[in-house]
Amino acid sequence: MTASEAPAPGTGAATMIRMRGVKKIYRTRGEEFLAVQDVTMDIEEGELVTLVGPSGCGKSTVLKILAGLQPHDEGEVTIGSPGAPFNQGRDIGMVFQQPLLLKWRKILDNTLLPAEILGLPMRAAREHARDLLNMVGLSGFEDKYPYELSGGMQQRAAIARAFVHDPRIVLMDEPFGALDALTRERMNLELRRIWAESRKTILFVTHGIQEAVFLGTRVAVLTSGPARMADTFTVDLPYPRELDIQNEARFGAYTHRIYQLLGL
Amino acid sequence: MTADERRSAPPTGGVAAPRTHLVVATGRWLWRWWPAVLGHALFVLAWHLVVVLGEVPSFIMPTPLETIATLADPTYQWPGHIAITAGEVFGGYLMALAFGVVFAMAFTWSRGFERGAMPVLVTLNMVPKVAMAPLFIVWLGYGLFPNMVIAFTISFFPILLTTLRGLREVEPDLLDLVRALKGSRWQIFVKIQLPGALPYLFSGMKVASVLAVAGAIVGEFMGSSGGLGYLMQSRQGFLDTAGMFMAVILVSIIGVLLYGLVLLLEKLLVVSDARIE
Repeated sequence: MTASEAPAPGTGAATMIRMRGVKKIYRTRGEEFLAVQDVTMDIEEGELVTLVGPSGCGKSTVLKILAGLQPHDEGEVTIGSPGAPFNQGRDIGMVFQQPLLLKWRKILDNTLLPAEILGLPMRAAREHARDLLNMVGLSGFEDKYPYELSGGMQQRAAIARAFVHDPRIVLMDEPFGALDALTRERMNLELRRIWAESRKTILFVTHGIQEAVFLGTRVAVLTSGPARMADTFTVDLPYPRELDIQNEARFGAYTHRIYQLLGL
Repeated sequence: MTADERRSAPPTGGVAAPRTHLVVATGRWLWRWWPAVLGHALFVLAWHLVVVLGEVPSFIMPTPLETIATLADPTYQWPGHIAITAGEVFGGYLMALAFGVVFAMAFTWSRGFERGAMPVLVTLNMVPKVAMAPLFIVWLGYGLFPNMVIAFTISFFPILLTTLRGLREVEPDLLDLVRALKGSRWQIFVKIQLPGALPYLFSGMKVASVLAVAGAIVGEFMGSSGGLGYLMQSRQGFLDTAGMFMAVILVSIIGVLLYGLVLLLEKLLVVSDARIE
């Protein structure tokens, strides 16, 4: 499958994630901290939505709510549809800023962790994990330990791990934030390809404005303290995207729009 | 080449390959360790020269040869004394390992238990174990067991502390990852916390191995009817310095063996990158 066959955004696919007026307050020792106020958005199946905003604007909190790790205080969160109900444990894959690979496990065994936890049949999972490692460009590294891989390669393994149990949604929390600029660009290209091949719904949190526009079929902009949806818009740029596109005027128009929303 | 192909590829060089490998490995081992061997040899030589050239009387300091010669003297009953001391060291050490790991696990499972029990353990650890030795003898009688208990009390705490720290050292995001999959606390414990704590456990075990030997010997000094520490005390009256020297060397060898065993286990169980030096 080539990237050009990727589904175009907003073409009547089923709604995967629906958030309406979501509010989250953290309470610690009697103090209240309003982390998220009024997040409303729909994400369709197979979309790659980027969530962009300044540090500490509650982007990660939105992911935690979707992952079922934090309850929300107000509003409505619906994932899946009556026809295809969402399974909270099975249907979420996660990638964080750090690869968080287990030092004592080889790459293949690291990739298999979610399958083990869910108790999936391991034979099939192992085959799937090999395919995924191939997809992220790590074939031949199955039997290496994490310390034998560079930071970018470790993060590739972490992405393969997030896909191994075939979740419907993959949540990524600044996954390339700790990588150097060049590796980051390469990983952006790779992620576009992986997304197109896997056709997963991906919600990608970042504070990189270029990254958000380059990756997203749609961009949601959050403003800080507390997180409020400033805007969401579809990125009408061709597939597959080359890094060169960042020099074009229409790309600049999108980034300009985000800069203005964030008051930069 | 994929990993599969690499695994199924025939070994290059046929039958001769393993032997070549062994030669290379031995060569590398010698290259790595000959300075250490030489250092020890020079130390023993210096010892010999100091005694001979300085005309030091043998009841002050025997030569290395006089020391070794005591091994051939059956009146010392070396095997029996070695067995007793080794039993105390290894027994006390294993007790410390078992109790240390079990308490660390219990503390990570129950904060309440930790809040109650940990301060008590800290207070008990403040009591000088050597000062307890006469009491242990009163409670447990003469013999191997009270000395084992002293070795245990002195080596227990470092194992507990390092293991506890290791079990706690889990990335919060990694916990989130497992929790998002609805992973159980037991799965987190078995798949992440326990293997993650191993390097810490081993760093505690190394410290404890030295302490266990000291504990057993102190116990024997306090009162016992056998063991290398007992032998040293009984030989002191005869100014038999050579025998005492030999006893010290043998005690050290027991310690080195224990330490080596820990290092070997660590090498087998912990990925090189994760080891704590």
